[in-house]
Amino acid sequence: MQSKIILLLAALLTPALTFAQGPEMADLMRSNGKIYVVVVVVCIVFAGITAYLIRLDKKISKFEKYQNTKDL
Amino acid sequence: MRNWWKVMAVILVFYTIIMGFLGEVPALFVLNETIRNLYFHVTMWFCMMALLSVSVYHSIAYLVKPLYEKDLKAASFAGTGLFFGMLGIATGSVWARFTWGAWWVNDPKLNGAAVSVLIYMAYLILRNSLDEEQKRARISAVYNIFAYVLMLVFLMVYPRLNQVDSLHPGNGGNPAFSSYDLDSQMRLVFYPAVAGWVLIGVWLTSLRIRLGILQYKKLSGELTNKKQGSYAK
Repeated sequence: MQSKIILLLAALLTPALTFAQGPEMADLMRSNGKIYVVVVVVCIVFAGITAYLIRLDKKISKFEKYQNTKDL
Repeated sequence: MRNWWKVMAVILVFYTIIMGFLGEVPALFVLNETIRNLYFHVTMWFCMMALLSVSVYHSIAYLVKPLYEKDLKAASFAGTGLFFGMLGIATGSVWARFTWGAWWVNDPKLNGAAVSVLIYMAYLILRNSLDEEQKRARISAVYNIFAYVLMLVFLMVYPRLNQVDSLHPGNGGNPAFSSYDLDSQMRLVFYPAVAGWVLIGVWLTSLRIRLGILQYKKLSGELTNKKQGSYAK
């Protein structure tokens, strides 16, 4: 709780204060440094890969069905 | 719903990506924000372990009862496992460059990982070099068991020995995995991440297996066609 208040104060007052916090972290970046853009980009990439996987899965299913009817 | 676990896999990985970037992590020197790599790099290794374990299970099952499908499953799981291992090495190399200072450091865990990957590459090469189906299945099943044990020794036992120095947490006298770089906040992302990627790995493998079965049926179908002049299963 206390550390959160300190972080908030640091974020509000001056960037110099955040350096005094210890290791440099992207706390400010995440609030207004467009890190969300990166998250959305990575999500789109993964969504694309997922869509590709689903299509491939469906195609193989179709072949399996075809193969099974041929077996009968 | 038959494919619920695929939906689960995708949801878990999305959760990992979002929470992995935006969740709270401990602020540590040297690591800084790269501590988030735990969700992506370490996960690859956990995923590889899981897939290779399934692979060796099928190899043992093949030796108990030689069925074509068991050999196919063992090979497919080993293939995807190796793929995740290579991703683990590539991601680890980048992480090492920016925290330890070099693309490759002489760390027992790194060298052990490299050797393990080579052992599994040899497994796939061995398979492809044998033409006769049953011989291939039997020899590669036996090799797979050796490969798995060696992989465990190189990744789990050797780096943990006191005599060797390792930069990896929990190895060579370094503090263990759980004590500093995996706090309770991170666990909430890390474990779902492992589950999600393992499921993705199983999905990828299942596609390979299904393709393999189709290919096998087609080949055996063509053979019987030639022999008997008509299609028979």
